[in-house]
Amino acid sequence: MSSETKQILTTDGIPLEVSLKKAEKKNKIKAFLLVAPLLLFIIITYVFPIGDMLMRSVDDKMVTEMLPKTFKSMEKWDGQDLPPEEVFEAFYFDFQKLIEEEREGKLSTQLNYTKNGFKSIIKKLRRKSKSFEEGNYKEQIMSVHRRWADVEYWRAIKRRAPAYTYQKYLKGVDMYENEKGEIINVPEDRRVHRILWMRTLEIAFFVTVFCFLMAYPIAHLLATLPMKYSNLLMICVLLPFWTSLLVRTASWMILLQQQGIVNDFFVMIGLVSDDNRLEMMFNKTGSYVAMTQILLPFMVLPLYSVMKTISPSLMRAGKSLGGTPFVAFWKVYFPLTIPGIGAGCLLVFILAIGYYITPALVGGASGTLISNQIAFHMKSTLDWSFASAMGLMLLSGVLVIYWLYNKLVGIDNIKLG
Amino acid sequence: MSVNKEFVKFDKVDKSYDGKILVVKDLQLDIAEGEFITMLGPSGSGKTTCLMMLAGFETPTNGEIYLDGNAISSIPPHKRGIGMVFQNYALFPHMTVYENLAFPLRVRKIPKDEADKKIDKALSMVSLQGFAQRMPGQLSGGQQQRVAVARSLVFDPQLVLMDEPLGALDKNLRESMQYEIKHIHESIGVTVVYVTHDQSEALTMSNRIAVFNDGKVQQLSSPDELYEKPVNSFVAEFIGENNTFAGEVSDISGGKCKVKLASADILANPISVKRKGERTTVSLRPERVLINPSDKMDNIHKGKIEEVIYHGDHTRVRINLLGNSEFILKVPNSSSNLDIKLGNEIKIGWNSEDARALDPK
Repeated sequence: MSSETKQILTTDGIPLEVSLKKAEKKNKIKAFLLVAPLLLFIIITYVFPIGDMLMRSVDDKMVTEMLPKTFKSMEKWDGQDLPPEEVFEAFYFDFQKLIEEEREGKLSTQLNYTKNGFKSIIKKLRRKSKSFEEGNYKEQIMSVHRRWADVEYWRAIKRRAPAYTYQKYLKGVDMYENEKGEIINVPEDRRVHRILWMRTLEIAFFVTVFCFLMAYPIAHLLATLPMKYSNLLMICVLLPFWTSLLVRTASWMILLQQQGIVNDFFVMIGLVSDDNRLEMMFNKTGSYVAMTQILLPFMVLPLYSVMKTISPSLMRAGKSLGGTPFVAFWKVYFPLTIPGIGAGCLLVFILAIGYYITPALVGGASGTLISNQIAFHMKSTLDWSFASAMGLMLLSGVLVIYWLYNKLVGIDNIKLG
Repeated sequence: MSVNKEFVKFDKVDKSYDGKILVVKDLQLDIAEGEFITMLGPSGSGKTTCLMMLAGFETPTNGEIYLDGNAISSIPPHKRGIGMVFQNYALFPHMTVYENLAFPLRVRKIPKDEADKKIDKALSMVSLQGFAQRMPGQLSGGQQQRVAVARSLVFDPQLVLMDEPLGALDKNLRESMQYEIKHIHESIGVTVVYVTHDQSEALTMSNRIAVFNDGKVQQLSSPDELYEKPVNSFVAEFIGENNTFAGEVSDISGGKCKVKLASADILANPISVKRKGERTTVSLRPERVLINPSDKMDNIHKGKIEEVIYHGDHTRVRINLLGNSEFILKVPNSSSNLDIKLGNEIKIGWNSEDARALDPK
């Protein structure tokens, strides 16, 4: 046998590979053009915003650009004592320029994120700086307010010098970089985000568990009932899908409130006394109940589609071979539904971890999730870079879960239908 | 050693699913130990229902089923100890061949070394040694079928049920599997109840065949008797090929009867007719009819050839005989039958003994 493979030619003498490529080129272009609109759509609506979010979360150019001279002169300052005169001078000129451009308000907001107390002293400096005389800016600025003579505030300014920062990510897990550059936890009474992350994971986990416990029998029933009944049941499962999310959540508010139907019923059957009605809303219970109900179809459908493919003769075979109904179920039926369980759990968990509207409406203070916090920073504090940082943390959390899942169960084992 | 003649006994079993229609009517059936019995019938005839009642997946609406003398209606399927082979094999797709075979042994808490021996034996019985670690999905249809058979036998049940096990295989494989199952049955002497709608399968494999129709056993007898001596026109029609004449008995005497057709009279063997004037269907197997009968036959008639179909080893000839244009002849392909041409008139004959006058259709 020759070690060299001879090039195969077509009847026209062109190498076969070249000819094949040429023949398939047209199809490839056609296929690409068909998916091009979707690709474009995904790039515009997905890749681009996520990239933008990433940039925003680490972008700290604003202050860098507002105080160019200050930061340049601060390079030589070691941050131990008050900065030298030249820093004050540079700061004065940068600040004057900002006043001209009417951007000093933005500076005060930005610096205030780094350290509380900047807002008022910048306002005061603006007023007073009109009557500044040339020379000895250090003295003049320090006399505006005693905080201007506090080295802490100058260190705070210096911390904003780099154009990129990971401060927002630290803030997302209740940590910060102190003046010495050490990363430390914020005081215990001010830790809000960690609690939220844990709560989000906890609620997502339990909602997934509840959904699984409820969906498994439903899906099994759906898969085994005769067509006539299973269709009706399927409509019942899907009905919530066709109702607005807001309407569904609002109806839970009606059901769960203290004067609501569920409480009325409990009082009627004597489970609770009238003056001791249960609080089932504006807390975790509300989030659990409403989210489980809303996410249930996402668990039922993958389970159903997998169970539908399991032949009933398998269970019969298990029983005829001597397995009790439980053994037949546990050894034969259950392992075959794992792809559906995996798909359903992953779907529900990922949806639950980023859930927003329902916890915002029925969750109250103890039932809100991280996404509500993100929304709060988007809408109320307008700290978009922090919101972006938390959004990205959420996204990477989901990716980690996805990766873990792939390691444990294998993504090939997922079946959505 | 006496063989238990009533190893399985269906005693006046009725089954209805909806309370309106009886799928199985008053079934009375005894199956002897070590027997290979086939339930044969068209779909919807109740044969699979009977098997399911025996396996325990359906309960009789009325009556009782006995296994080795014990009533089993209230025993759940997993305690009956009956092996079963399903239509689509029902191998557990997430387990290897070994694990599939180990399943019935494991639930019976048989120690591992003993179980391994049994599994080896079962696999060699179906000549699948070396396949133990394969997944069912990696096997061909025939191999999966053999695994299913091995699994149903590995825990040494006394009774094995097979529900159309060869239905999904192609023709050649089906035939070789028929012999294989038959040989397994002969070598280990297990009682087999086999359900099929394929008559040739039933004829090849069984000791006895129960022909089902309309929820009733129409005939229960050995394959040759079933084919040669059908007791009613359904069985005659269902098993093998069959030419029929509908007519009225005009005379009956001395083991023969005369049946009056529209155009002529024929002589027949009275099986289910007793009196003059009864309506009857005369059934005649194609291979019992001869062309140009040389010896003295008591039915000789002339017919016109309407169709000739070449079948390799034989030729099927459709002729118009006594007003029946669907009359089929099977002619062996030999040089003596060269005058069989479309449109020719030929003389054919048969013995009245082979023409069975059965119940009217």
